[in-house]
Amino acid sequence: MVSNFIKSIIIGLPIGVTFLDLIGYVARVDGISMQPVLNPDKSQTDYVFLNRWAVRSLDIKRGEIISLISPKDPDQTIIKRVVGIPGDIISTIGYKREVVRIPEGHCWVEGDHTGHSVDSNHFGPVSLGLITAKASCIVWPPSRWQYIRSFLPESRVPLNVISQVMASV
Amino acid sequence: MKSLTSKLIKTVGYIIQYGCVVHCVSKYLGDIVMCSGRSMEPTVYSDDIVFIEHLSPRFRYISRGDVIIAKCPTNPKQYICKRVVGLPGDKIKTGFTTSQTVPPAHVWLEGDNRENSSDSRAYGPVPLGLICSRAMFVIWPFKHIGSFV
Repeated sequence: MVSNFIKSIIIGLPIGVTFLDLIGYVARVDGISMQPVLNPDKSQTDYVFLNRWAVRSLDIKRGEIISLISPKDPDQTIIKRVVGIPGDIISTIGYKREVVRIPEGHCWVEGDHTGHSVDSNHFGPVSLGLITAKASCIVWPPSRWQYIRSFLPESRVPLNVISQVMASV
Repeated sequence: MKSLTSKLIKTVGYIIQYGCVVHCVSKYLGDIVMCSGRSMEPTVYSDDIVFIEHLSPRFRYISRGDVIIAKCPTNPKQYICKRVVGLPGDKIKTGFTTSQTVPPAHVWLEGDNRENSSDSRAYGPVPLGLICSRAMFVIWPFKHIGSFV
């Protein structure tokens, strides 16, 4: 009986860990940096499903919300919105340079709550290798069940994209 | 017919089980990889097979002189094998008169073959989060066995 139980744990554990690694997992969102999309209300914290399968080839798009290992502290995972992908030209908010061109293999991430978020405006472009998952839906509390849609405020669209749109008009 | 189906299901189940065990071991404990490229000569030659372990990076137990495997900062699909030269706070000489301090949570990586290595001298300090594993020893070919660390 007991040995059966132990056996099923030994078999089940690697399967569970592999599932969390490949498919995704649920995580709590701390802090106010992604308001109003996540944690809009101080009294309750959101839980999001972090989809690891979606970032397996690291082809992220502008406007998606991703989680990544903080470049300031490797033990911390932060959740931000992708504003720029490699090659984009970003007009920054309070970074040491006013305009930044995103180097190869990097991206520009920002929290939606400008001014209350430690993001690329603070530490610069981040390497794509630090990305761990894409936030695809809010799973808890039930009143907040929803898919997270990809969205980029007009004021934060990279300069090279704006000029492309202008050219096509 | 029925027994064949159940046999098939059983086999697939076993394959998934063992696949998961292999995944966990190779991701959390240790693995063997082949290093290609000449940037770590004479420690690791091109196409040497190296045993790596994942425990020391996981517990942030990295020290100066370790040979580590990290995701390349400029191309996340590629892995690099370099030596840790500077830890956070260290001052690194980057030129004749210039020097740079390694920022917190970053390391300075350099290849042993300084003439033929693209490393921190090209792309700057590398965040600790990109380090995946520590290379322990060469296991193949025979003449290079255990030839470092």
